[in-house]
Amino acid sequence: MTISNSRPITPELIAAHGLKPDEYERILSLIGREPTFTELGIFSAMWNEHCSYKSSKRWLRTLPTKGPRVIQGPGENAGVVDIDDGDCVVFKMESHNHPSYIEPYQGAATGVGGILRDVFTMGARPVAAMNALRFGAPDHPKTRHLVSGVVAGVGGYGNSFGVPTVGGEVEFDERYNGNILVNAFAAGLAKSDAIFLSEAKGVGLPVVYLGAKTGRDGVGGATMASAEFDESIEEKRPTVQVGDPFTEKCLLEACLELMQTGAVIAIQDMGAAGLTCSAVEMGAKGDLGIELNLDLVPVREDRMTAYEMMLSESQERMLMVLEPEKEEVAKAIFVKWGLDFAIVGYTTDDLRFRILHQGEEVANLPIKQLGDEAPEYDRPWREPSKPSPLPASLVAEPNDYGLALLKLVGSPNQSSRRWVYEQYDTLIQGNSLQIPGGDAGVVRVEGHPSKALAFSSDVTPRYVEADPFEGGKQAVAECWRNITATGAEPLAATDNLNFGNPEKPDIMGQFVMAIKGIGEACRALDFPIVSGNVSLYNETNGVAILPTPTIAGVGLLPDWSKMAKVGGARDGDEIVLIGIDGSHLGQSVYLRDVLGIVDGPAPEVDLVVERRNGDFVRSAIRNGQFSACHDISSGGLAVALAEMAIASGKGMQVSLKDCNGPAHALLFGEDQGRYVVAMPADMANFLCANAEGAGVPFRRLGKVGGSELVVDDLLSVSIEQLRDTHESWFPDFMDGSSNAAAAAE
Amino acid sequence: MKSAVVQLPGLNRDRDMIAALTKIGGKAPVTVWQTETEIPAGVDLIVIPGGFSYGDYLRCGAIAARMPVMQAIKSKAEAGVKVLGVCNGFQILLEAGMLPGALMRNASLKFVCKEIRLEVTNAETDFTRAYEKGQILRCPVAHHDGNFFADAETAERIEGNGQVVFRYAEGTNPNGSLNDVAGVINERGNVLGMMPHPENLIEAAHGGSDGRGLFASALDVIAA
Repeated sequence: MTISNSRPITPELIAAHGLKPDEYERILSLIGREPTFTELGIFSAMWNEHCSYKSSKRWLRTLPTKGPRVIQGPGENAGVVDIDDGDCVVFKMESHNHPSYIEPYQGAATGVGGILRDVFTMGARPVAAMNALRFGAPDHPKTRHLVSGVVAGVGGYGNSFGVPTVGGEVEFDERYNGNILVNAFAAGLAKSDAIFLSEAKGVGLPVVYLGAKTGRDGVGGATMASAEFDESIEEKRPTVQVGDPFTEKCLLEACLELMQTGAVIAIQDMGAAGLTCSAVEMGAKGDLGIELNLDLVPVREDRMTAYEMMLSESQERMLMVLEPEKEEVAKAIFVKWGLDFAIVGYTTDDLRFRILHQGEEVANLPIKQLGDEAPEYDRPWREPSKPSPLPASLVAEPNDYGLALLKLVGSPNQSSRRWVYEQYDTLIQGNSLQIPGGDAGVVRVEGHPSKALAFSSDVTPRYVEADPFEGGKQAVAECWRNITATGAEPLAATDNLNFGNPEKPDIMGQFVMAIKGIGEACRALDFPIVSGNVSLYNETNGVAILPTPTIAGVGLLPDWSKMAKVGGARDGDEIVLIGIDGSHLGQSVYLRDVLGIVDGPAPEVDLVVERRNGDFVRSAIRNGQFSACHDISSGGLAVALAEMAIASGKGMQVSLKDCNGPAHALLFGEDQGRYVVAMPADMANFLCANAEGAGVPFRRLGKVGGSELVVDDLLSVSIEQLRDTHESWFPDFMDGSSNAAAAAE
Repeated sequence: MKSAVVQLPGLNRDRDMIAALTKIGGKAPVTVWQTETEIPAGVDLIVIPGGFSYGDYLRCGAIAARMPVMQAIKSKAEAGVKVLGVCNGFQILLEAGMLPGALMRNASLKFVCKEIRLEVTNAETDFTRAYEKGQILRCPVAHHDGNFFADAETAERIEGNGQVVFRYAEGTNPNGSLNDVAGVINERGNVLGMMPHPENLIEAAHGGSDGRGLFASALDVIAA
């Protein structure tokens, strides 16, 4: 008995597919008839926000995407950047926000799986992963459940697949109560002359299905991810996919082995909207049609309809166009790895996307138009107003500087993330030079005697909320600065833009201004965006997340033996601040977490200064002048010093007597473009003379030694106490003991 | 010394292990695929590396222990060839009945990756001669199921025989393992299983080389 493909196309059905009435009109005029049920599903999959970027495309085009090292910019599975010697790094970041809120373990796991697949689809072996995670308020009833599920899911997939997680972010804010963010980054290494793309070439060639079998999981996932949440969210659990890292690991090895044989003409992983998106992409890019026969697709469930097969988001699947004479070679490799291998169709010359199922043609659509003629919106937007200035003189000083510092280093957002990253395999592959806990993760390039790559993921959402333009700039600058703080040259970045509902002019205004800021910073710092992802509609019951444009960057260290670390300070070292004295307390964590106030403008980033200071620091690191280096970000100078002291286990005697301004601004101000560095005492005069010559502001702060962090007579805290406070918040929180303590107060 | 690294689908520290054996032994090990029924002639050390064989969706190592290649490894071990199982390799050797005891889920119920301290409790094995008894090593761990357990009688026997070769030291037991056991050898002294990853601490890039001694011992290349 055949499985019915006919279902009347009603306005309700159209709405349930996330298509607006005018979008449906557009479909009618494109194909000149009413679509079949399967065709409606295909349009819905291709034209949703997640796949079509219909609200964001016009603004994404304004980002700088080219540079002397850029081999492949946005538009492929991942960006590709030259790292000399014929090597290249392939990387991208992608969100899995909506599924992770509905089902944290599998949502996060498949987010990691998806981004790894994007990287090895291009012929690169994944060598590093990061995760930028944002959760609701710690005391929200769902938060601990989500943290534990997401972290276990990220680890469960990445650890089994075998990629070291070397960096990331974990933050809490009540604005993520109803929409958490899971942004997964992966990077891989390849040879620049062996990059594989998705563009099909040649008519009549076999289209091959590889990997895991197709099931009903994830049907409609991309459409779900393009809508706001409400109370019905629990019903959406079946739209979340289930991950199988074992199959993914086998798929990686099989794909890399197959690529070596020269059999692969084009390859595309099946991610969002599975078979539909991958087939359309391969055909449309190569100006070819594709004919698929669904009777040949390996399935793991009975009686799947054409609609379900075309929209399934079952994981660990690939589509390839192969050299016909190498079919047998390819098949043997996949059989060896225990994976499915099936020829499911052919490339054609008629530019049609044709789907056959049980002898019936269930879809016949113009392939180019499916992608290219997706609706594109110039959504109305309103520039947000800026908060009025907040001079430090209007901000209260703490009663006790020591307690204020302890409060910050032990706060939900500034405390150690060890509880999280010890659940990730940070060491596998044997190339991890810096694991989470420092400024950037660093991984050496296997097979090269001295080369290494640095990775960092950054954004400060409270800045973006206060001022999307400056906040967008700051996200880029901080990423660039963190990479610089290891001694690496920042090469390029990927962006993961998480915002609310773009149909609201205020949200669209945040998006537009943040992109403008990101673009300006990327241009000024020669730090192009080579890949990325947009996640909109992060709203629940009308409340949007903080605007969160995550920037993940990659840098190159020519010689890792000269790299700088946060914890390298030695007794007797001199401590120097590079950059201006702290002054800006608006939107600082001091204001938020110590005084309980959210107010003031975000700090501005002077990109010329950022670059000048960063170039100076990098060159000193490369000349071996520093024993430790750390960027100054949230929490200002005081938190940066505390982190260096904790990491090295050394005390510090610091004086602010030469600095200008009130002490709380000097210690907690979040002015940009700044670093703290430690160096042997006999190096300090030389370095400061160099800084003066380069026009880089600096301040000699004091010496490393003892077992306490001392700042004049303002504060004196033992390293022991700093470390205990810094380390205990997260485990206590996950144990529930901090909640119990809070309730008892 | 000729070494071999076993490759099963889902193992993922095979490349780390191959790198360690190559760097310390001076030549690359041969690789042996899951379906092979014989170990190449002349191999004196067989290593089963870490990872998640067959996804570890069943009990860790249970499927791997029943693959054809394990019969070949067993008969080589019976002939006196050295066998080293690290992490998932240890789990596989236990499932194959080649070592005493069992590994349960970590007491924390979570995957754990961090550096721990390891005491060499028996320096008279073919795997630990480069160390001294009581020596404390730095060594990373990365596992979800490393909580060693044995019934009282077995525990007493292996302790009495000196079959506990490595112990977590200085309060760094990461998984709740019985008596802080981190590595166990068979009675004959040629099959060693251990949870920590000495292959990830063998050179400057790893921030230390405490793991070298194990490979130098097993490969018989201890520097004079």
